[in-house]
Amino acid sequence: MSYHVKSLAVAGAIAAALTATSTVPAAAAAKEKCYGVSLAGQNDCKAGAGTTCAGTSTVDYQGNAFTLVPAGTCASMELPEGRMGSMEELKRDLPS
Amino acid sequence: MLDTNLAKFETLPNRPGVGYKPQHFADIMEDAGAVEWLEVHAENYMGDGGRPLAQLRHLAEQFPISVHGVGLSIGGNDPLDVDHLKRLKHLCDWLNPASFSEHLAWSTHDGAYLNDLIALPYTEATVSSVADHVAQVQDVLGRKMLLENPSSYLAFAESTLSEVDFLAEVVKRTGCGLLLDINNVFISANNLKIGAIDYIDAFPLEHVGEFHLGGHDEDVDDAGEVLLIDSHGREVVDPVWALFDYTLGKSGPRPTLIEWDANVPPWPELAAEATRATQILDKVTS
Amino acid sequence: MSVKQSDFKNAIFDAGLPVPNGLCNPDGAPAQKRFSVYRNNVAVSLSEALEVTFPVVRTLVGDEFFKAMAGVFLRQHAPSSPVLMRYGAQMPAFLDSFEPVAHLGYLPDVARIELALTRSYHAADTMPIDPQVLQSIAPDDLLLARLHLAPSVHLIRSNWPAASLYHANSTPNATPPVMQAEDVLITRPEYDPAVTALPAGGGAFVAALLIGTPLGEALKTASAASDDFDFTTVLGLLLAGGALIKVEEHQKG
Repeated sequence: MSYHVKSLAVAGAIAAALTATSTVPAAAAAKEKCYGVSLAGQNDCKAGAGTTCAGTSTVDYQGNAFTLVPAGTCASMELPEGRMGSMEELKRDLPS
Repeated sequence: MLDTNLAKFETLPNRPGVGYKPQHFADIMEDAGAVEWLEVHAENYMGDGGRPLAQLRHLAEQFPISVHGVGLSIGGNDPLDVDHLKRLKHLCDWLNPASFSEHLAWSTHDGAYLNDLIALPYTEATVSSVADHVAQVQDVLGRKMLLENPSSYLAFAESTLSEVDFLAEVVKRTGCGLLLDINNVFISANNLKIGAIDYIDAFPLEHVGEFHLGGHDEDVDDAGEVLLIDSHGREVVDPVWALFDYTLGKSGPRPTLIEWDANVPPWPELAAEATRATQILDKVTS
Repeated sequence: MSVKQSDFKNAIFDAGLPVPNGLCNPDGAPAQKRFSVYRNNVAVSLSEALEVTFPVVRTLVGDEFFKAMAGVFLRQHAPSSPVLMRYGAQMPAFLDSFEPVAHLGYLPDVARIELALTRSYHAADTMPIDPQVLQSIAPDDLLLARLHLAPSVHLIRSNWPAASLYHANSTPNATPPVMQAEDVLITRPEYDPAVTALPAGGGAFVAALLIGTPLGEALKTASAASDDFDFTTVLGLLLAGGALIKVEEHQKG
């Protein structure tokens, strides 16, 4: 592909992308945008509620005593190929 | 980068405020009820941008804001974290809040931040160290700060000063103000078996720039004694309201904050706590 | 008897250590359970901070497991700063080496996505370019120009279907993951970060832009990475995500 042809291809691609994109940048400080879902603030000055046990019980999980197994969706997740959560990593085809 | 739009309110009113939670943004904008000012935890606004700072900017146009630090570790043996102090200065310079406050507690040691407000012994050595830290904060921020009394769960055998005498001494040495958390007084009085009324009677109320009210939980210690935990996870209990009423009778009205940080309720429930504070504030505001 | 804060801190993190001498109940007896209030506060509050940052990792391993794992993590990696929105940067590496999740090779990449989302949420506000700017520059000049990406943009190049796993565990009725490597683009249109799996070659292209490669070179890299690279689609994703903030034209002469 010659440089010139490539430029034309890029111009065409940009024109197509612009046609497909209707977003127009707006002022970032508009108040309406403040109303969306917020992440909880992670700093506060409360104390851990009610019980004094969590700090001592978690020590059970140090070292070799960690006997729990994951019990979330990964344990039950089945992939279309029929492999379970322990699916094998895919080796990426990297360009040379 | 001082934004003059945000420099509107120079002081907190002697009225109720609440600890701001992002999920209440729309409610507050629509109808804040008895709530006349807001307090934010400084560390949650130390990002570079996005919705948290945008919300804070809009809130600051309508309400006086109190910036309440929770991570400076003023009671730590280590020197103050100068990077963190810079972040606080950056936030205060931008927002120009009506008040800045921090805690008489430590939370960082040897580079590890524990995310809890841990008690310290009250001695001649610690009063010097805390006073030095408070002076440094006021110097860097270029403003007076309020120092808050902690909630205590245990006592230090080495302490030689009462908490009230300790705080009064820090005020004397630094010119700082005090934030009196009535719930913390109630918790500490129960947990350390001291008199809550005695504590209030001895407290230098003329230096109080803000009151805190919050909810606590009950536990028991290994001797079977009731141990109160500063959970901020429920409504303010009646005995704490009574202690607030008693204190206001002596101090007169001051900015009064409702703190509710865990199990945060829908806005009307939180605003109702502010309404209750209004009733007591109105009694002493003639 | 002066209680050292280092002893206090060490006993908070290791309940096997004795409570430091000099801490008492009101009757003067040595404190035991009262000290556990601090152990509890620290463990619970730091675990909760991690739950805010890693909700999908938590869904994947289950609540009980996550809490226990957080207990191990926070003892190895206490926050180095009071700003907890930055806490958890070591989580991907931790998950890589934490034996009980060794069989879940994709967890570190899901954690990378969640870290990137939090960073993106708090990133500086920027004004996206007017897309017309791209057409106002002669194509030959545009190929020499550098496209600057917003600080809210992140790229995670995963050998797992990390974006699909993220969506499947955070969005109702999301398409189930298919076993394939995914390049994951994080953008923040306005204030809400979004997770998108890039089409073929898109990862190589965005990676090139992120290190300041001129557009023409970035296109070459992407085409070399995949014959199927489609510039129109990837540019559309970047524009829709408000990801392009500046076109820096090459200075001639």
